[in-house]
Amino acid sequence: MTRLTSALPTRESSPHPTPTRIEPSADVSLKIDVDRLSFFYGDKRALEDISIQIRPNMVTAFIGPSGCGKSTFLRTLNRMNDIIPGARVEGRVSIDGENIYRPGVDVVAVRRQVGMVFQKSNPFPKSIFENVAYGLRINKLTTNRSELAGRVEESLQQAALWDEVKDRLHESALALSGGQQQRLCIARALAVKPDILLMDEPASALDPIATQRIEELIYHLKAKFTIVIVTHNMQQAARVSDFTAFFWLGRLVEYERTDKMFTAPSEKLTEDYLTGRFG
Amino acid sequence: MERVVRHFQEELEALQSRLLEMGGLAEERVSAAVQSLVNRNITAIERVLYGDEPINALHVEIDNRCFKLLALHQPMATDLRAIVAAVKINTDLERVGDLAVNIAEAAKRYATHPPVKKLIDIPQMGDIAQGMLHDALDAFVRRDTALAQQVLNEDDRLDSLKTQIFRELLEYMLKDLATVEPALDLILVSRHLERIGDHATNVAEDVIFMVSALDVRHHTPNTSV
Repeated sequence: MTRLTSALPTRESSPHPTPTRIEPSADVSLKIDVDRLSFFYGDKRALEDISIQIRPNMVTAFIGPSGCGKSTFLRTLNRMNDIIPGARVEGRVSIDGENIYRPGVDVVAVRRQVGMVFQKSNPFPKSIFENVAYGLRINKLTTNRSELAGRVEESLQQAALWDEVKDRLHESALALSGGQQQRLCIARALAVKPDILLMDEPASALDPIATQRIEELIYHLKAKFTIVIVTHNMQQAARVSDFTAFFWLGRLVEYERTDKMFTAPSEKLTEDYLTGRFG
Repeated sequence: MERVVRHFQEELEALQSRLLEMGGLAEERVSAAVQSLVNRNITAIERVLYGDEPINALHVEIDNRCFKLLALHQPMATDLRAIVAAVKINTDLERVGDLAVNIAEAAKRYATHPPVKKLIDIPQMGDIAQGMLHDALDAFVRRDTALAQQVLNEDDRLDSLKTQIFRELLEYMLKDLATVEPALDLILVSRHLERIGDHATNVAEDVIFMVSALDVRHHTPNTSV
């Protein structure tokens, strides 16, 4: 892997730390390039000047205490915050070089390219098959029944659920276990062929075995997708991600290779958070 | 959360104090072994020979403490480095205890022969090695990388004394075959003391890693994890 050139900040803590900016090197393409993004809920600034470059086919984890802005930031990456009244964005989010906040951008197309999986699995009260087929149908992405069935199978395969459900595709999705429901939601997100997958605490409601399956799935999916995951579980971030970003009070404090972040973080704030000496 | 952190901190402090206790024992035993060699005191020699048990018990206890802290608390960043360093320092200190026994074994054999010469350089090596160990442990407690670096610098003095001792004793052996056996034991002792210095160096390197996350082993400065 190309070594990142990062201007490492000093270890001294400052009330307003400068985020570690990882500059893109010429030979590595960027999947997501966020430049000085601020986000406001009405007058309240929830995110302040976030700049981050996310690489393709990598898992990037966002960590930080509750209310630090990591989920808000995740949702700015596919414009899921647009629906919040009074919400406003400043700055730029480029995906494959295109600013998704440019006027005239097709938001539906953005969300097709940037899929999302939520903390609580939310299958539709329909059959397993119809859950996965739903996005394909409303977007008219398939031309005939066999193509539709093929895409549903492919998505369920990718989400490592196919073997468990292939004989009961037309049963209700709500009859599946929590872990299976979450993988179904991943299959549903994958069906429309996104290239980025945003995951907001995808395993926080699951038992350790279901969690492990989701983590293994994430590991396999990164060969095809760029994955950004928000998690409160630091061990999970350490296990699944290649890069980790630490947020605090709406700022990006540190963005580093995960192995470096969890063994030798550069910022004292990160150190204090990871070692539980926060506040 | 705070209670759990405090509990972890207490465990970490207990680990540190046990490690220091072990370091103190290892230092004492090195000093006692060299003294018993110089004084040809059989009682003192045997005390070193058969007194390794407290260090061995601490070796096992400290490993268990580290193992539990890793499994139960899954520490990260500086805490993780502190525990990894403790595991390694523990091994080094246990080896120092073994080397003190090796010195006592040589001293026991040496005492059965007439002295080859007045011992000057070996006690000096003993003092340096013991001082290095002491400073490395001090650096560990105070998280003092400058002091750890001094320990690394001291190692060269031990190496050159060992070479000097070897050359000198070689002359004795060439001149008088009766000195070969006791002189070889002195060479062995100098070798053991030099190894003790190496273990102190390892401890100092672990301290630098623990404090600053820099890996300075094998002359690879500025390699951070």
